[in-house]
Amino acid sequence: MAANEQLAMLVQPDRVHRSVYADPAIFELELERIFGRAWLVLGHESQLRNAGDYFTTRMGREPIVVVRKDDGQIGALINRCAHRGSLVCAEGRGNLERFVCPYHGWSYDRAGELKAVPFASGYPQGAIGELRLKAVPRVALYRGFIFASLAAEGPSLEEFLGPTKASFDDLVDRAPGGELEVAGGVFKHTYNGNWKLMLENHLDGAHPAYVHASSVAVARNAPEPGKPGEEHYYDIAVRQMRQNGAPDAVWEGTGIWTTPRGHGVMGDYHDDDRLVAGMGNPAFDQYRNQLIKSVGQKEADRILRVTLWNTIVYPNCSFMSQFRQLRIIHPLAVDRSVVYTYSFRMKNAPAQMFRDTVAFANVVNGTASWVLTDDLEVYERIQHGLASGAMEWIYIGRGHGGDIQEKDALRGKTGTSEVFIRGQMRAWLDYMSRDA
Amino acid sequence: MTPEQFLYHEARLLDTQRYEEWLQLFTEDATYWVPLEQGQKDPYQTSSIIHDDRTLLELRVKQIRHPRAHARQPIARTVHQVSNVMVHGEPNGEMKVASALTVVEFRNEKQRLYGALVEHRLRKSGETFRIAHKRVDLINSEGEIDGIAILL
Repeated sequence: MAANEQLAMLVQPDRVHRSVYADPAIFELELERIFGRAWLVLGHESQLRNAGDYFTTRMGREPIVVVRKDDGQIGALINRCAHRGSLVCAEGRGNLERFVCPYHGWSYDRAGELKAVPFASGYPQGAIGELRLKAVPRVALYRGFIFASLAAEGPSLEEFLGPTKASFDDLVDRAPGGELEVAGGVFKHTYNGNWKLMLENHLDGAHPAYVHASSVAVARNAPEPGKPGEEHYYDIAVRQMRQNGAPDAVWEGTGIWTTPRGHGVMGDYHDDDRLVAGMGNPAFDQYRNQLIKSVGQKEADRILRVTLWNTIVYPNCSFMSQFRQLRIIHPLAVDRSVVYTYSFRMKNAPAQMFRDTVAFANVVNGTASWVLTDDLEVYERIQHGLASGAMEWIYIGRGHGGDIQEKDALRGKTGTSEVFIRGQMRAWLDYMSRDA
Repeated sequence: MTPEQFLYHEARLLDTQRYEEWLQLFTEDATYWVPLEQGQKDPYQTSSIIHDDRTLLELRVKQIRHPRAHARQPIARTVHQVSNVMVHGEPNGEMKVASALTVVEFRNEKQRLYGALVEHRLRKSGETFRIAHKRVDLINSEGEIDGIAILL
C-alpha cells in the first residue's frame, strides 16, 4: 500500500515525476504491472496463413512465439524450453511442425504440448508429464489484429479497446473486401530512451514545427510535386515533409481525444481529399471504385470521410489508417526501446496504392528517414535531460483545465493539448498501483 | 581515373564533409539505394532504409547543413573504408563495380560501425566517372538498428 501511495505521488494532474522515465526499479515494475497485464498488439493474422506458420516477438521482456495451431486458432507461447530454459524457436518467422529445443532435443507441438523427450527413461516416473511450453493465457483478435495478455484475468479485448475499436475499423474498412496483409518489410529502429517517449510524441501536434524544422525547410525548397498525370517519385516525400510545417492554426484545429486505459487518437487533420483523391489521382479513383463495388456508394463515402489520423493503443502500439502503418514498441530497458514498423497492403486495391504506402513508410518511418531520425535524436536528448536530478518534474499541462468530456472520450481543448499524455499517465498509474 | 581511385575519391568527399561535391558525382537520373531486406529485388513493393532519386538525395544533403537538423548537427565524423573492389563488366555502357564498405561514425560521444556490400554503376565522364546507381546492402539491414543520419 505504501509503495502504491508513493507511485501516486509521481503522477499529478499536470506533471509527472522524472523517475517515471529514468528509474530502473520503476521500469521493472512497469514490465510486471503494465506489460504483464494489458492487452498488447502482437501482429496481424495475415502473418500466419497456414497451420504451423509462426513469428517471434516480445511481450515486455518475455520472448514470445505466435503460431497458427493445427485447429486453425492462433496461440502465443513463451519461447522457453521447460527443461533448461533455451529459446526453442529461433528468432524470426517461418513454418514448423514441432518446436525442437536445440539443447537436448525436447520437442513440442504447435500448441506447446511436450511430445518427445530424448533419454526419457532417465527421468523419475511422472516427473515431466506436466511440462509444456507455457501458453500466454489470453489471445484474442479484433478485425484480424492479434492481441494477447499475460494476465489470466482482466477486461475483455473489446472492453479494453473501447472507442479505439473505431480506429481499427477505419483501418480495415478502407480495404475493399476488408482484406489487409502485412507486406513490404519491417523497419526495426532502436533508441536510447524510455518507451513512453514514443507514445507521447505521436499525437503531439506542437512538436513537428520544431523537431522537424530541417525536413520542413528542405521540402519547402524542393521542386513542386507533379499534377495528376505528371507525378514524380519524390512527390509523397516532399508533400509529407511539408505537412509537418503546417501553420499553428491547423494543428490547433486538429481533434485530439483520449479514452479510458490511455488510448488516444488524433483526427480531423489529414483527409484523403487533401492527400490523394482531391488531386484526381487515377489510382485512388480506381481504388474508390473498388471500394464502392465492395460496400456500395453510400458506405464507401462514409468510410473515406472518416478522419482518424494517428491512434495510440496503450501501452505498445501506434498506427494510422490512411497509409496503413502500424508501429509496435518493445521496452528493452528504462532507457532503451525498439520499434517495429509494419506496412499493410490492401489486397483488392490498385498496386499504386501500395507503392504510395512504401514511399510514405520510407520517408516518415524509415530508419534513415529525414523525419524519424530527428524524433529519435530528441527522445535521446529527453532521456539525457531526465537523468538530471536538478529538476524533478516534467510538465504536461498544455490545455489542462480545458478538457472536454464527450460521450466516451476526453477531448483536448485544442489540437495541441497534452490531454492524451495526461490520459496515458492516468492509465499508467491505474495499472501500476493495482496489486492484482 | 580507375574505378578503384574513383571510389576512394567518393569516400574522401564524404569523410571531409564535402557533401555538395559528393552529390555532383551523381547523374541527373541517378538512384541511391540502401535496401531494407537482404537480396531485395524491388524498391517499390518493399520498403528501403533509403531509396532516393536525385531530387531526394539533394534534400538529404541539404538537411545536413540545416542548423536545426537535430540528428545531423553537429555533423558526424566518418571514415568510409572501401575495399575488395571488383569490376563486373560494362553492360549498357555502365561499369558495374562491387566493393566492400566499412564505415565508422562518431557523433555525440557515440561511435558506431557499419558493414556493407556495395554496388556502383558508373558512367564514363571524360577522365573520370559519374554515379548512375549506388546500392549499399548493410549487413544488419534487417536487424534492430539506431536511426541512420549519415550518408553511406
